Amino acid sequence: MKLELKGITKRFGSLVANDHIDLVVEPGQVHCLLGENGAGKSTLMNVLYGLYDPTEGEILVDGKPVVFKDPGEAMAAGIGMVHQHFMLIPVFSVAENVALGNETTKAAGLLNLGATREKIRRISDQYGFDVDPDAMVEDLPVGVQQRVEIIKALVRDAEVLILDEPTAVLTPQETDELLEIIRQLKRDGKSIVFISHKLREVKAISDTITVIRRGKVVGQADPTASPTELASAMVGRTVSLSLDKAPARAGEVTFKVRNLTVTDHNGQHVVDDLSFDIAKGEVLAIAGVQGNGQTELTEAILGVQPHVAGSITLDGKELLGKSVKHVLGAGVGFVPEDRTLDGLVGTFTISENMILDLYDKAPFARGVGMKSGVIAENAARKVEEFDVRTPSVSAAVGTLSGGNQQKVVLARELSRPLRLFIASQPTRGLDVGSIEFVHKRVIAERDHGTPVMIVSTELDEVMQLADRIAVLYRGRLVGIVPATTSRDMLGLMMAGVPAAEAEAGASAHADSGTTAAAVAETAGHEGETHV
Amino acid sequence: MSATTQSPAGKQPGTGKGTGHASSDGRTVTPANATELVSWKTGIGLGLLAVLGTVLFGFLANTKSAGFRIAEARDPNASSAAAWVTLAVALAAVTYLGYRWISQRRKGRAVDRWIPAATIAAAVVLGLAALGVAGVEKITVPSMALGWIAAIVLLAAAGYSCFLTLQGRRTPGWVGGLFAVVFLVGFMIWIVAGGRDPEPSISLGGLMAGAVTLAVPLVFGSLSGVLCERAGVVNIAIEGQLLLGAFSAAVVATVSGNVYVGLISAAVAGALVSLVLALVSIKYLVNQIIVGVVLNVLISGLTSFLFSTLLTENPEQLNKPGRLQAIDIPFLADIPIIGPILFRQSLVGYLMYVAVIVIYVGLFHTKWGLRVRAVGEHPQAADTVGINVNRTRFVNVLMGGAIAGIGGSFFTLVSVDAFSKDMSGGRGYIALAAMIFGRWNPIGAFLASLLFGFADNLQSTITIIGSPVPSQFMAMLPYALTVIAVAGLVGRSRPPAADGIPYVKG
Repeated sequence: MKLELKGITKRFGSLVANDHIDLVVEPGQVHCLLGENGAGKSTLMNVLYGLYDPTEGEILVDGKPVVFKDPGEAMAAGIGMVHQHFMLIPVFSVAENVALGNETTKAAGLLNLGATREKIRRISDQYGFDVDPDAMVEDLPVGVQQRVEIIKALVRDAEVLILDEPTAVLTPQETDELLEIIRQLKRDGKSIVFISHKLREVKAISDTITVIRRGKVVGQADPTASPTELASAMVGRTVSLSLDKAPARAGEVTFKVRNLTVTDHNGQHVVDDLSFDIAKGEVLAIAGVQGNGQTELTEAILGVQPHVAGSITLDGKELLGKSVKHVLGAGVGFVPEDRTLDGLVGTFTISENMILDLYDKAPFARGVGMKSGVIAENAARKVEEFDVRTPSVSAAVGTLSGGNQQKVVLARELSRPLRLFIASQPTRGLDVGSIEFVHKRVIAERDHGTPVMIVSTELDEVMQLADRIAVLYRGRLVGIVPATTSRDMLGLMMAGVPAAEAEAGASAHADSGTTAAAVAETAGHEGETHV
Repeated sequence: MSATTQSPAGKQPGTGKGTGHASSDGRTVTPANATELVSWKTGIGLGLLAVLGTVLFGFLANTKSAGFRIAEARDPNASSAAAWVTLAVALAAVTYLGYRWISQRRKGRAVDRWIPAATIAAAVVLGLAALGVAGVEKITVPSMALGWIAAIVLLAAAGYSCFLTLQGRRTPGWVGGLFAVVFLVGFMIWIVAGGRDPEPSISLGGLMAGAVTLAVPLVFGSLSGVLCERAGVVNIAIEGQLLLGAFSAAVVATVSGNVYVGLISAAVAGALVSLVLALVSIKYLVNQIIVGVVLNVLISGLTSFLFSTLLTENPEQLNKPGRLQAIDIPFLADIPIIGPILFRQSLVGYLMYVAVIVIYVGLFHTKWGLRVRAVGEHPQAADTVGINVNRTRFVNVLMGGAIAGIGGSFFTLVSVDAFSKDMSGGRGYIALAAMIFGRWNPIGAFLASLLFGFADNLQSTITIIGSPVPSQFMAMLPYALTVIAVAGLVGRSRPPAADGIPYVKG
């Protein structure tokens, strides 16, 4: 099936998300859409999938124009989509999820899940997915959930499969497996649209690359192009993908975590017996796939997790069991993983957000009153210093772009003398320029002599910022390794393999000449780059 | 990314296959974990109740005996024949279920969740039938002795629970079940023995049948809630739907002179209330809870106004609907205790049983139900497979309204034969509680409604025979039970994930 998009334009109010985009997906091809967060890739695919109506333009299937009013029609035409946020119902079984919307029924509308199970098994066998049709989706690892999404599309006889940022939630090993699945699908004559901003994967898998920037197609690229070329095309200017940082000058150890255990409300140990130290002037990066206890770890340090045991000391003073106010008062700066949820009050102004933790202290407060003049002045100074692009400090923070919002959070957290700096997913959803800025600030804080803890699920970021890397898996510490550790080894550790075994595994992996090795090799070329 | 984040715990699959216990017990918990996990809630709660039970049933026990009447058949021969048949059927059922239970255990497979409950139910029926066959008309028990026995069992169960907690183990479900049954029996004996008569007694059959009767509007109300909330719309307007259903049934049945037309009009009236709810909350995205509350107040005011102006002035022309008589199913209706409950109901009562079964099968075993549940759990996922989310919600809310309307007709066509002001008396809210207690499952909602109906009926029965507890206090029973049930169990049940959240495309 040949799929063509002609002059697709999608406007949301005054915002043009897609501007006259042309795209041709040939049968049996892997076509990559490369672009930064917010470039309009997902919008384009949602238009194609019938979730949004295009403002202008048309879609052609095998040369004939078609209009998809809803996803059902797109599916009927042979288009399947695996969304970035999986469209699976957690409390349903795999079979129920696959059947939904495409049910096989017996008399009187009674469900025939047996038939669906049969289909799942058939596809599962054909492609070597290991999926149990009766498992509850919420019990499955993310990688398997993604396969369920692919099965959903295949059961509906999809000829074109759209994968929207499919690797964002996967470990490096799971990513390799996914790429292998994509190759298999391609061999079966399916077309794949692979949306990503990760150069390594794009280079490893694609036949054609279309680069999108600010809603426009800026050109086609060849998979053999160098990462820097691709990154430059994506960002629109020459980018330096490397981060200059001096070697760490680690001082005395001031931050100590001992036997930290966090129990969730169901009694599960989400952080399990964790012990580590951070010295002054070094960055410890916490690596791991999302949902392996990172959130709970940072929240436990901040003091917002209710069931904690163990000990956390900063400068010899115990922080565990103290109020958040006390912890902040001890000199902890904290950038939460979700800035819109925990970092900022969207409807408050920039000035107000800049003093969310200092509102009751001099010079911002006098008695019960707040001094608006001082607050505005403070904000103006910070906006200047952190290069926050805003028309005014009295603009609501929610109106800013992600990068600028993150700068506001950083400005607030770094404005106090810190004894410990924690940043969780500091660059999630940011453009390349902002990422550069945030990274420089983090390193500056380190060089200032502050112990820094970075939590990131982006392996590139971890490797770039860290002086040492701690890998978490299911709330446990797999090991702490130097920043020079190879990607393959880190990937294995992220899947729970202990450091010693991971090292052996990683070298074997590299020797075997499999796809993973190819990917790793690309990684080697890219050693100094990051997007 | 929250949708994909793994939360290994807290599973309450709202699907038909298993809710609650099955999955949470099936999860393996490492011993190290378990020691810290087990909370003292169960132990302490049971302990307090056991102490209360000991004081009431033991120290405050009455010296009189307590009597429970079994058979009040109109035709002893039919009754005895029916009892024999029931005995045979129940015996067969118990044997079959027991065999399945044991064979599944022996094969080391997990026992199907419904088997223990069904076996116990069959055993109870068997016992009742045996009493009927033996011609026992009344059981009289010494309240003091049994009260003390009950107290000791309660204390022992609470102690066992505390012991297990100390050992770092969870209290198994059967301990709680045993505790509940013994507490209830002890309570009944104590309260009956406290009656005014020298030999006080109550009719068990009457108590049960009355409980089911009082539960009818609750069951319809909670089913309405299940239908709406499974699709993701919170229906607080059940109270209003019941009330308008009752009003409309009374007026239409009187004017048309046909109670069946009244019944249909009740369904239409309930659906009308739902139409407003659906329009305002689904189409115009107004907060569903606020719309529901406003509708309730509106309908209460409207019906009160019409009642005090039109209906009180022309009762003969407008408020004399006549009644839906109870229909006996021959022979079966004569089975002691169970007969009147299942086979001597009004049309509305039979409709209730049909509705429970149809909605249960519909929600959990049909294409329609799969889609409805998907819409209530993850509307965007439903949308991406081509399901029209808002239309599904609209239709479900309308159906829910119609169901609640039929429940409302019970007040004016079955219970009494005239409408009176605010006659639903807050049962719409109790129905909502029953729905939560029943974990958004039609059968759970039905059982929870029965429990509340039982409390309601017990209260009035006790008031009649006279009791050691002031009747005003007893009148609190159904409501207190509601609070305890919902507060105690609400943490363990999980509503549909998108419940109450309007769906906006894109």
